[in-house]
Formats: sequence, C-alpha cells, structure tokens
Amino acid sequence: MNKTSDGQLESALFTASPLERRKKITETIAKWVLGAVTLLLVAPVVTILSYLVVKAWPVLRLSFVWENPQDFMTAGGIWAPLVGTFCLVFLSLLAAAPVGILAGVYLNEYAGDNWATRIINLAVMNLAGVPSIVIALFGVGAFVLFAGMGRSLLAASCTLAVMTLPVIITSTREALAAVPMSFREACWNMGATRWQTIRTIVLPNSISGILTGVILQVSRAAGETAPILFTGAVFFVPVADHGWDSFFPYGLGDRCMALSMHLFTLATQVRGVSDEYMYGTAVVLIALVLVVNSLSIGLRMYLRSRKKW
Amino acid sequence: MNIHIRFDNVTVRYGPKTALEGVSLEILEKQIFAVIGPANSGKTTLLKCINRTIDFVSSAKVRGQVLIDGQDIFRIRNVYELRRRVGMVFPLPVGLPLSVYENVAYAPRRAGIHDRHELDERVETCLRQAMLWDEVKDRMNQLGTKLSGGQQQRLTLARALSLRPKILCLDEFSIAIDPVTTMRIEDILRELKSEMTIVLVTNLVQQARRLADRTAFFIGGRLIEVNETETIFTKAANRLTERYVTGDFG
Repeated sequence: MNKTSDGQLESALFTASPLERRKKITETIAKWVLGAVTLLLVAPVVTILSYLVVKAWPVLRLSFVWENPQDFMTAGGIWAPLVGTFCLVFLSLLAAAPVGILAGVYLNEYAGDNWATRIINLAVMNLAGVPSIVIALFGVGAFVLFAGMGRSLLAASCTLAVMTLPVIITSTREALAAVPMSFREACWNMGATRWQTIRTIVLPNSISGILTGVILQVSRAAGETAPILFTGAVFFVPVADHGWDSFFPYGLGDRCMALSMHLFTLATQVRGVSDEYMYGTAVVLIALVLVVNSLSIGLRMYLRSRKKW
Repeated sequence: MNIHIRFDNVTVRYGPKTALEGVSLEILEKQIFAVIGPANSGKTTLLKCINRTIDFVSSAKVRGQVLIDGQDIFRIRNVYELRRRVGMVFPLPVGLPLSVYENVAYAPRRAGIHDRHELDERVETCLRQAMLWDEVKDRMNQLGTKLSGGQQQRLTLARALSLRPKILCLDEFSIAIDPVTTMRIEDILRELKSEMTIVLVTNLVQQARRLADRTAFFIGGRLIEVNETETIFTKAANRLTERYVTGDFG
C-alpha cells in the first residue's frame, strides 16, 4: 500500500459518509423522543402534587393535622382519621409481615420444585391480583362475620393484611434469592443445617431487602379504601382532643376512621364541606405515602452501599 | 494401605440424564486420588456423592453404594456429621459475607465449639495450613468477600480444614486463581496428605500427574480406567486414556 492510498484510506475513515449522517440524525431523534416520553411520566405527578398543594393551601397548618374533625367534618383537622390510618397500617403489617416473611423463607429455602409448590406459587400470584374490593368482601365474610370480629379495627387490619400478604411473600422471596446460592452450598458442605445457614448467612444478608418490601406495603395499606370500607372504617368516630386518649383512641374492637375513607366521605357524602378540606386530606395522605416510600428508597440505597460481596 | 472410600456400582441420574454409570472404585487412605476427564464426565457428581450434597439436587437419583470406612453413607442418619468429616473446595472461591475470622470459625461454631480460646487456635492453625495466615493476620475483622480471588480460595481451603476432616475434596480448585497460588496450594496438599485422604478433581492433566498417587479417568459418567498415576500416564491400558493424558483428544 503506497502513501497516497494510505492517506485516502485514513481521510475516508474520518469524513462523514451519508450513512454516518443518517445514523447521527436517527440518534438525535431517538434521544429526544425517549427523553420527551420520560418527561411525560413526571408531568402528571408534578401536576397532581402542585394542584393539590395550591388547592389545600388555606388549611395547611400544623393544627390541621393535630385537630379532630369538627362541625360534621366541615371544620377542624384530620387527627382522628390520621391516627386511624396509623393503627390500621401498623396492625395489618403486624399480622402480614411475620406470616409473609416466614412463608417467603419456606418457599425460597425449603420448598422443592414440585406440584405442591407450584400450586402455592400460583395461589400467591393470584392473591396479589385479586381486586381490593373482592378482598374487602372476603374480609366481611371471613373476619367480620365468620370470625365474629364485627366491623372493627381488627377486622379491617386483617383484611388489609390479606391484601398485602402476597406482595410481602414475593418481595421476601426476591430478597432471599438475591443471596448467591454459592454461600448456601458452602455452608451445607461444612455440615450446617438449612436453618443454621438461613439464620447465619441468608437472613442477615437479605433482611434489608425484606424490610424494604414490607415498608413499601405501608403506603399501599395506607392508601387503600375498599378493603376497610365494609370491614371497620366509618364516617366519623368522636375522638378525644387531648391527652393520652387522643393518641390511642381506638380499641381493637372499635370502628375507626381512616384517611383514605375520610377523603372518600368528604368528597361524596358530606354536604357543605369546603374544597380545601378535601385537598388538605389528600395532601396529607400523599405526603405520608411519599415519606414512607422515600424512607424505603433511602434504606435500600444505604444498604446497597454496605453490600458485603 | 486401607481403603478409605469405596464406590460400589454407583449410578446417578438427573432426571433422564445419566451423570454416573455403574462406577466402582477404591480410594486409599492418606493418598491423593485424582479424577480427570473432559466436561460432563461426572467428576463433580462423584464428589457430591462423597459428602451427600447430591441430596440437595432434587432431581438426582442415586443407586449403588458409597462406603466410607466400610459404612454405607446413604444409609447413615447423621448426614451433617458426614459433611463435617469431608472438607470441600469448589472451583470458584466463595468467601462467606463474614469476617475472615468468622469464615474459618463458621463450621466449628455450628458444630458446637464456642470456647474462644479453642476457636482462636483453630482459626490460626487452619489459616497457617492454607498459607494465608501471614497475609490476613492483621485484618481478621475484614470481610472475607473483599479478599483477592487467590486469597479467597485459600480462605475456602482454610474453612474446609476447620473441622479437621478425614477427607478433603477439591473440585478444580485452580481454575479461578493464578499459577503461583495454584503451586502454593499444591504444596499444601502434599503436606496435608499425611493427615487426610485427598480427592482431587482436575482439568489440568499435569496437575494430576504432579500430585496424585492414583488417578481415575472418566468419560460421560463411565469410569474408563483407574490405576497408579504413573501407570496411567505412561502405560495406560485404554487407548482413550492414553490419548487424553497426552493431549491428543477432542
């Protein structure tokens, strides 16, 4: 190859051919279209949030959270439903988390690959897909009527637990499956039993993922209305304004208020309630969900940074 | 020499696939026994039968007998005790996500040894045996998973030795580590031979020749030939064995 042909080759390599130009244009178009679609995703969230906050601005004071509803819910705050939501979420997770985590551990660590396991997996998947209103009806049948709990905080929490259970099982299994199989094999080869392996290696290294899954269910349980609608949440419960009783206003057998239910009631059932109370309730509910979600994202990021392998 | 491990007409099937077919062989006490053969010849399955981790493969069906010290291990009750007596080292180094100390102390703890003094002593002995002590003695609290590949493989070896096993199985221990570390571990194995029986599965034919007293050659789950290593490498009875050990195969 002589010098001139060499030079030609090199210049041909670096000048834009028509093909290169076309590729570049396509590349630019792809980048902007994909970016625009992504922006489109953010738009509704920002719109909803800002709209809600603007509409709710007149009532957004600390006392709005702190006070009980007054004058047939047309005045005052949202303390009673807020506490109700806390109680419901706490109790439902108290029931669902242990059952879900233990079941997840069994399914991932012990269960063999046979027809029984496959049926259970199918059942869990289907349970996750059951509409919340159907779960509500199940709650009425199973907890309110059959178990004799009546319409109560307990029955509503149990119904919420049924709803969150399959997701907790699934997220637990995913967290456990993220622990490399080679760790388990190494332990088994040293004569450790399955349980010793789970206790010493598998759980300590997956507990973060399991907790993240559970925390994410907090926001789901807090937001759902249907499952508690027939099972324990009500329009209005008079709650003490001050003192100890205002922090623990509901007994297990009492009916309770809840934020999601409260919002539903304000929007559809109560006459003469000014809009800002509805929007205020919605803002608090969304804020609650956002705080919990960011908590779980934060936890996940922290634990990922401490990953041990 | 006493017979330590004996395979008596062992057949292992994973579903429809046969991994070992009618294998009978004897592994002598305090010798290094090498198993060579191309991929899919059932070498790893053979090891899994020795400590019964084959039990964890739900599709596996085992027929025939594996005898250790004359006892049929598929009939013993305490399989965990069996696994404590058999140390295992796998191809890829696995540092458990624990400190270096806890990696080695793991098995003794699970076996019920809690005395701090005894644990310390055992951890040091095993790490010295695995020629890792000098490199990690000042960072016993560091995560085992953060060691280099070669160090992790020696950590795995130390862990396998932590219960003072009578049998040590190594499955292609050298494929993920550098030649220098490989040579060091080979030296370790020559020393350990005086204390335990070593079963060495290897893809490196020369490694078998360097280390093993006896060698078995497998293809497709069948034992083709087993004999003194020197005989296998110089006067193989089977044409396939001869071609494999001389590199004329495939």
